[in-house]
Amino acid sequence: MKFAVISFPGSNCDEDLYYAIVDGLKEEAEIIPHTSTRLDGFDAVLVPGGFSYGDYLRTGAIAKFAPVMPALKAFAATGKPVLGICNGFQILTEAGLLPGSLQHNTNMQFICEPEPLRVANHNTMFTNDFAADAHITLPIAHGEGNYYCDADTLASLKANNQIVFTYSDNPNGSVDDIAGIMNEQGNVLGMMPHPERAVESLLGSSDGLGVFRSLLATFTRTV
Amino acid sequence: MFLAQIHVTYKPSILDPQGVAIKNAMHRLSFNGVDAVTQGKYFEVTLNADSKDAAEEQIDTICDTLLANPNMETYRYDVKELANQ
Repeated sequence: MKFAVISFPGSNCDEDLYYAIVDGLKEEAEIIPHTSTRLDGFDAVLVPGGFSYGDYLRTGAIAKFAPVMPALKAFAATGKPVLGICNGFQILTEAGLLPGSLQHNTNMQFICEPEPLRVANHNTMFTNDFAADAHITLPIAHGEGNYYCDADTLASLKANNQIVFTYSDNPNGSVDDIAGIMNEQGNVLGMMPHPERAVESLLGSSDGLGVFRSLLATFTRTV
Repeated sequence: MFLAQIHVTYKPSILDPQGVAIKNAMHRLSFNGVDAVTQGKYFEVTLNADSKDAAEEQIDTICDTLLANPNMETYRYDVKELANQ
């Protein structure tokens, strides 16, 4: 399975993702610059965390016009998996690939902690490796991870089982404890916690590997 | 040449933690009459356009696609023609 990791100016989790795939999952990965206009030949696209374009204007607001974005939208439209983590999640909401937006944490602090989470939906291409209602721990590291959407959007997220991860002890003020959501089609996931920073016990947790294993299992089943 | 002065602010339904922190600081400074603070963004954009209407049309699109996130923000602006220099 071949993963593309998109690198924007200011991305800083691109290499972590690369090593999570290559060393953790033992699959292929390639870092793709934001100037690339093609994502042909990849089976999944990862949008990494960091501070793309310095978080100028709003997080993800400038990245959504990067040259690679039309290719990313076309890739998502084919139904193949797209995973945005942290700043990647912020970029996917700004680009309109996911509903809602990420605001400042309610306590106005940058939070960098291992965070207990619940897998709210394990019947997805991103979470099938987890047991139903699994409790896992992944690191979070963000100042703007407070997920917001209006009541209608929240109702449709719930109705379609699009809420994939929730916080056990909401750290940032997110609506309904939301830590990660997917699109209606189920092939685009955005999450604030960092699975790529939890892929071996040396890092404190290997729970994050489950996300990448799920993608691999889905890919293996469908090829 | 036209000058657009643009204000982008959170919708009233959105909690603005920065505004709350600033309000609390005002209370610490003993301005206890302060009831609420909203923080926003201010932009000045100078642009070429054939008319004021055409300039406003461009500014609308710029605000909708880039300067404001319609999910949580609203914007208002004022466009005026600059004297030839």
